[in-house]
Amino acid sequence: MSELKGILVYAEVAESGIHPISFELLGKAREIADKLDFKVWSVILGHNISDKASELIYYGADKVYVYDDERLRDLNVITYKTLLTALVKEIKPEIFLMGATPWGRNLAPRIAAALNTGLTADCTDLQVDENGKIIQIRPAFTGNILAHIETVSKPVMATIRYKVMKPIERNTRRKGEIIIRRPEKIEADGIKCLGKISRREVNLPDADVIVAGGRGLKKKEDLKLLEELADLLGGVIGASRPLVDEGWISKDHQVGFSGNTVKPKLYIACGISGSPQHLAGMRDSRMIIAINTDPSAPIFRHADYGVVADLYEFIPRLIALLKKVKKHGKQGS
Amino acid sequence: MFMSNGLRIVVLLKQVPDIEKVRFDVETGRIDRSSAPAETNPFDLNALEAALQIKEKHGGEVTVISMGPKQAESSLRDALARGADKAILLSDPKLAGADTIATAKALAAAIRKISNYDLILCGEKTVDGDTGQVGPEVAEFLGLPHAAYVCEIREITKEKITVVSDMGDKYLYELKLPALLTVTKELNSPRLPTLRDLLKARRLPVEVWTAEDLSEYVSPNELGYEGSKTRVVKVVIPTTEHRKGIIFRGDDAVERIAKILLEEGFVA
Repeated sequence: MSELKGILVYAEVAESGIHPISFELLGKAREIADKLDFKVWSVILGHNISDKASELIYYGADKVYVYDDERLRDLNVITYKTLLTALVKEIKPEIFLMGATPWGRNLAPRIAAALNTGLTADCTDLQVDENGKIIQIRPAFTGNILAHIETVSKPVMATIRYKVMKPIERNTRRKGEIIIRRPEKIEADGIKCLGKISRREVNLPDADVIVAGGRGLKKKEDLKLLEELADLLGGVIGASRPLVDEGWISKDHQVGFSGNTVKPKLYIACGISGSPQHLAGMRDSRMIIAINTDPSAPIFRHADYGVVADLYEFIPRLIALLKKVKKHGKQGS
Repeated sequence: MFMSNGLRIVVLLKQVPDIEKVRFDVETGRIDRSSAPAETNPFDLNALEAALQIKEKHGGEVTVISMGPKQAESSLRDALARGADKAILLSDPKLAGADTIATAKALAAAIRKISNYDLILCGEKTVDGDTGQVGPEVAEFLGLPHAAYVCEIREITKEKITVVSDMGDKYLYELKLPALLTVTKELNSPRLPTLRDLLKARRLPVEVWTAEDLSEYVSPNELGYEGSKTRVVKVVIPTTEHRKGIIFRGDDAVERIAKILLEEGFVA
């Protein structure tokens, strides 16, 4: 259909609107498109979302395909796969990007298999090499290596990790085309979504500050100490896997390979030794502070600031000092 | 108890290196797999445990399938010791170097060859590849519904299974059987095989299938490196990140950290 070459970005819908990862993907797609003289296309599926399409244009899309239908309200992997696969076959993008959210990582492989094309999971960077080829960079081996991957089929498909790409500045004067699609038939073979049954207690991937506890904590009640520190810093509580296994805190708070991958501005690791599984979930945090009694704990090799101390002595004193400073600051202003 | 023969369950297992012990050569980007003992991908053990629990409750048969070199047989024997009924290893130089698409094609072909199945279970991802793609890709190649990140199985009847999928928020899905599930560690705690079972499993057969054995279901050039759609161009071992690495000890540590938090604007 189109002679133009393009990069397609899947815009994920979150409860609050478009998931911010969609704008990050558009930013990267814009950068690659400008380099290779491609267009940026976006696609959004859901119910009552047509009014959101222009946001995708403000963030860099040249054309947006909108599938707005009551039957798309539920996250049904067969329904979404069928519509997206058909769109890719129609507009033939060179590259197709999706967010490496749980939903994106659930949906993308089905589409890749349906299209019989390569898919690279959880990328942290995309580069264009000297021949105009797309090099996808992703961590593997529980975050211990970075693999550079090239796709030899079309389209190049990748899921991209949250908070690694930069959106362009929102520009309400950007112009683009919005195409509303009303699918007649919506396939949902064999899957019925019976609804969302619980909401996560905390959204760690979105948090700016995380105060996380590990085996260094002696009992469940001691999490209160971390909570107090997190409150002072406007943050939330994270935990390493052992605390979740003990049942001290819900999995929503778990940071690591089998939990959440996070990238806050500040990560304070309290009594966490730094197993490879834990590091895989937080090593890209902007600033890392670690508190541990054991000076040889691996976490110190990944920290900007390490404190060799007993967290039971250190954290109460830090809290007291921060409180004092805060009070003082208020009086001063 | 809902049918005479119970459920026919297939579990997909991968043998992986013990990630805590693998050595990575920063200079050459080489991963020295021989430096680490091999084990079954931990997430796949939860899939196996789920299969065994379903079998115990409803009757049926559990077949474990793995793809890999000859030594992956030990993971399959371990699965037999834990209670699986039948083990198949897809092993052939022609299957080596496969990306997720080529891997999923081989596994899907093997499942087609088995032909009788109601439920396919696998871990949400592996600790070496980290992709989580093979499960959903197998489902697509078989034309089956799937649910990913399953942390709870609520109900199984002859026709359908109801599960909770943990995608940050939790969703309830009902899938028509046959279906595929990828499972999280929260689903259960895998049992350990007894020494007696391990010894017994050493004598049990593990069937080995080659690319040729699958050729009725998938063309050999769709498999292994040749059938892969992605290529690893290069591997970089990141040296410890560009961290300041400043260590504080002693009494003034509290003041130092407080000062940093203030200067960086973290104390509102």
